[in-house]
Amino acid sequence: MTTSPSEPGTPPGAARGVTPCDLAVVGAGPAGLAAAVTAAGLGLRVTLLDAAEHPGGQYYRHPAPGLRAARPQALHHHWQTFARLERRLGAHSATGRLRYLPGHHVWSVLPEQPTETGESSQAPVAAPAQAPVWRLHTATVEGAGAGRVPEDGDQDAGGHGDERPVTVRARTVLLATGAHEHQLPFPGWTLPGVVGAGGAQAMLKSGLVLPGRRTVVAGSGPLLLAVATALSSAGATVPAVVEAAAYPAYARRPAALLRNPGKLAEGAAHGATLLRHGVRVLTRHAVTAAHGTGRIEEVTVERLDRDWRPVPGSARRIPCDALATGHGLVPQLELATGLGCATRHAADGTPALALDDEQRTSVAGVWAAGETGGIGGAEPALAEGELAARSVACALRGIPLPPRAAVLRGRRDRLRAFADTMAAVHRPGEGWTAWLDDDTQVCRCEEVTAGAIRQAAGELGAHDTRTVKLLTRAGMGWCQGRMCGPAVARLAGGAPAPDRRPLSCPVPLGHLAGLPGDGPPAPAQPPDRSGPPAPEDR
Amino acid sequence: MTTTPARLVRAEPGPPYEISFDGLPVPARPGQSIAAALWAAGILSWRTTRYGGSPRGAFCGIGTCFDCLATVNGRPNRRACLVPARPGDVITTQKGTGHDDLAV
Repeated sequence: MTTSPSEPGTPPGAARGVTPCDLAVVGAGPAGLAAAVTAAGLGLRVTLLDAAEHPGGQYYRHPAPGLRAARPQALHHHWQTFARLERRLGAHSATGRLRYLPGHHVWSVLPEQPTETGESSQAPVAAPAQAPVWRLHTATVEGAGAGRVPEDGDQDAGGHGDERPVTVRARTVLLATGAHEHQLPFPGWTLPGVVGAGGAQAMLKSGLVLPGRRTVVAGSGPLLLAVATALSSAGATVPAVVEAAAYPAYARRPAALLRNPGKLAEGAAHGATLLRHGVRVLTRHAVTAAHGTGRIEEVTVERLDRDWRPVPGSARRIPCDALATGHGLVPQLELATGLGCATRHAADGTPALALDDEQRTSVAGVWAAGETGGIGGAEPALAEGELAARSVACALRGIPLPPRAAVLRGRRDRLRAFADTMAAVHRPGEGWTAWLDDDTQVCRCEEVTAGAIRQAAGELGAHDTRTVKLLTRAGMGWCQGRMCGPAVARLAGGAPAPDRRPLSCPVPLGHLAGLPGDGPPAPAQPPDRSGPPAPEDR
Repeated sequence: MTTTPARLVRAEPGPPYEISFDGLPVPARPGQSIAAALWAAGILSWRTTRYGGSPRGAFCGIGTCFDCLATVNGRPNRRACLVPARPGDVITTQKGTGHDDLAV
């Protein structure tokens, strides 16, 4: 990665003269890895950028090398697939065809502005007559730099954190930015010991730790079974998996099930492990409150009606020292919406990118794969990554798609059908808001209560997250609404809107201020909110 | 023998090194994040909120939620779930924004 033409030491403005790579892939999870190695194998010059220190994304997250795990596959399905991808990544990196930049968090993607000719700024959606060159702005993370919220005037002298701005230029972009967890609040969910289900799994996979010895797993979606299996295999006691949906709902969509026998087998394997560990699975139940002083000590579990409203009189308590909770996943779309990519609502109600048959977004020159196009898991992500890479190669060369593309499309369509079934089954019922009393904190960062949001949505007339945010500060804190956004939208009576955040991660002001200011202001996306100051080449 | 995550994946990390949390020594294994080292020591909270003063720790585990902010070696607002623990790191509970010194 020291070969980057845009790294510090390069005079400002020098990057414009550097030949852009053919394809920049953002994200080194299943979709991004499959795309990057496929494209490199097809002869493209590829740059693969990833915020993490190690490839794999969340799905293939694995113990840090320092932990020297001899059997990382014990925490994974399909580990061999990742091992193969990693080998190809290494081989292409060795030949120089693929430049892998770990520890690079892309905070903005912009079309290069034609400043030399004096043209004014153009909205990214209106593609210039000639294909634009894309500039990917990153905050690098060297060594232990990850994870610090930058502060004003921060030069980060020594010690932890050594963030530098790095810009990558590319002819095409593939967004494989994945997803984060979908959370629904309930009283007590801010207590220490209440952790995301995916969060518990992530900490287990990478750090080999558990939040507690007796962990209830609750929420909705197939991830819960995987998390409960992983926790119990790693030595935790899981008194119950509490699933708000009803599994028989899958049977109402037999076609998607029959076309994906592998998924049934996977479910059965989880079921067998849970049975072996004596884990109870309660469907159409929810954890509607967590209790404890200083940390979680027990949870209230209630039976739910069809709309996810608690059934009166069904409450009981389960003692525990941790709760892993989550309601599926939400696509991470900041970079895409910043570029103006069109979105759609997936079957679970979450916004996802609208993609065509070849994984193209609505913006020319920008492709997407994996969870950005809707939550589906690693298998469709692998097919989509490869398909997108082939589409990019053919587009750059002006040739038709090869026959292999039809196979990939078929696989993607079959797996997507199953994903849609899954999303529909686990889509939150309207009645979940009945779990919340007025004192329940919904926005964890700004400590905004359900009562305040209900007041904003009721007597003050707010109908969307943006208005609620203006009235209450919900979603205005550190996480920028990533945790509370979907819940706030539903409390306000609306559907979750696509992420609109000018920067996809915290960026030191120095990165922005340090960019030469000779260009026109960057186009604001969306138009009613200001974008970042004009970034220029580094 | 009780199953542990390390036994499950047959991890054989090098010798643990010491970090400290609010003055108490905490062992960390090479490669672990600060949050992972604290969890392993049974510590689930290392921050208090700005308004309610409520305890918080790691929630999302992947750097998205910012609930795990900690003061590391005197610098506030570090996401403990992302920052690798280094020998001798001094972690202290972050109060509010971590910038009480700037309060007016």
